[in-house]
Amino acid sequence: MTETVLDIRNLSKAYGALEANKDISLDLRGGEIHGLIGPNGAGKSTFIKQVSGAEHPDHGSVALNGVDITAQDAVARARMGLARTFQISSLAMDYTVLQNVLLGAVGRRGRVMRFFSAILKDTAQRDMAMQALQRVGLADEAHVQTAALSHGQRRQLEVAVALTLEPKVFLMDEPMAGLGAEGSQRLIRVLDGLRHEAPILLVEHDMDAVFALADRISVLVYGQIIATGTPDEIRQNADVRTAYLGDDAA
Amino acid sequence: MRRETLVNIATLAVLAVVPLWANSVGETYWVTLATKVVILAIAGVGLNLALGLGGLVSFGHAAFFGLGGYAMGILASHLQDYVPLMEWPILFEGSNQMPVIWIVAVISGALAAVLIGALSLRTSGVYFIMITLAFGQMLYYFAISWPAYGGEDGLSIYVRNEFPGLNTLVPIQFYGLSFAVLLVVLLLVWRISLSSFGLALGAARQNAERLQAVGIDPFRIRLTAFVISGAITALAGAMYADLNRFVSPNMFSWQFSGEIMVFIIIGGVGRLFGPVLGAILFILMEHVLGGLSEFWHIYLGLVLLGVVLFARGGLMGLLAGREVAHD
Repeated sequence: MTETVLDIRNLSKAYGALEANKDISLDLRGGEIHGLIGPNGAGKSTFIKQVSGAEHPDHGSVALNGVDITAQDAVARARMGLARTFQISSLAMDYTVLQNVLLGAVGRRGRVMRFFSAILKDTAQRDMAMQALQRVGLADEAHVQTAALSHGQRRQLEVAVALTLEPKVFLMDEPMAGLGAEGSQRLIRVLDGLRHEAPILLVEHDMDAVFALADRISVLVYGQIIATGTPDEIRQNADVRTAYLGDDAA
Repeated sequence: MRRETLVNIATLAVLAVVPLWANSVGETYWVTLATKVVILAIAGVGLNLALGLGGLVSFGHAAFFGLGGYAMGILASHLQDYVPLMEWPILFEGSNQMPVIWIVAVISGALAAVLIGALSLRTSGVYFIMITLAFGQMLYYFAISWPAYGGEDGLSIYVRNEFPGLNTLVPIQFYGLSFAVLLVVLLLVWRISLSSFGLALGAARQNAERLQAVGIDPFRIRLTAFVISGAITALAGAMYADLNRFVSPNMFSWQFSGEIMVFIIIGGVGRLFGPVLGAILFILMEHVLGGLSEFWHIYLGLVLLGVVLFARGGLMGLLAGREVAHD
């Protein structure tokens, strides 16, 4: 069995009386895509916020490669190699596509406190950025303003920025949301190749995508994980079928 | 060449040629007016780094302008009165050397910006505007109630401070010096805007969440920009005090914070030469319209209204078109 990269233990978070996450334990191993599915309101967003560092859990811990990062904020976690993409694209809209990706390259190398050398003339970082764009299929749009991109292209750009971070873990919050069939297929191909660079924790609504990609799937219902297993196991799990997939699921 | 570059070059050409011409025909008043334009432009370029690039609407930049002014006033008045600034533990005398005064002004401005920034940058939006305003007002009332350096009456410095190799009392020479400082500041801010730091600062304005996700702390970026911005504005304050040979609490007033902001908006927010164009227009209006009526601010208000409603990019937007993303 490959080593555990991201180890999440007993994560709990309550907002007043509402227990959004109850005792969630989940691990992500090297080379795998671990899908997290669940109906609306199951607590997926709360979960991902706690993993990315945007919110602190009431209980539980998050460890990256054996290092406890529960106390670290989002900036520190990003630096330690946790690259997240957002459910609703979160990009610098006035910037060109290339500038957005360069931001990742700058953050990755910790070279932000440089005041006098022009970043766009830094060929090493520019090459790195262009490579990331090529991989997601956005190289032709490098000089387009981000606000002018289509919804699907913005999703691709999010992934490209995450790529420049050379992360240890990808944390992807519904990357397929709002994509058409063609866009989804393209992104599925990209993610498929990505798992060998760093494992992916994939929170996703699109069932076809999750079952096509994931090595393991966890199902979150009412803030609790009710099952974890291979796609086949999940398909056949009786609890999952009644609670979530519905009896007509394949 | 981009149209904006042409406008920038034309602006510099006007600032280089007009005062020389005015000087040659003996109109030194116009040279002094041009000096005022250039110094205010420096203050504006400083604020524009925070306001335009970083999206930090500071309504308290008069604090830095005033600190620069008082750095000049305090140093020069001690020399003028032959009283050392302090005798213990080290002897520290006043100075009438601009390079010394400028360094003290820049350091004071930067230190104040660290303090003010560290506290105000924990807020954003309208709270940030209010808290920076509050800091400016604190310094304003402090200056009024501190009798050692003139209190409400301010401080007069009888002879303009010196710069090695120049006779700063000759208007065109002081103008040349101020213009050179403006060029250096423009070059500095231009380089910053193209750097990694500039890229991160622009991203902090557009989307702080994005910046965090790539492992960059927006607070640190904003604070650094605020400090550079405050230091530049303090430098302008020291020069402005030298232009008038007078320092008063008015340099700390919120009206002045507003004025810098107004001419940045008129010139073009976030554009390198926006504050320069704005300062030219502002002083021209003050001079021409102020000659017609003492209520010239009414016309200024109309121009501002026009810019905000119809020409969002300011004068630079009108001349060079709206800023488009490029790389």
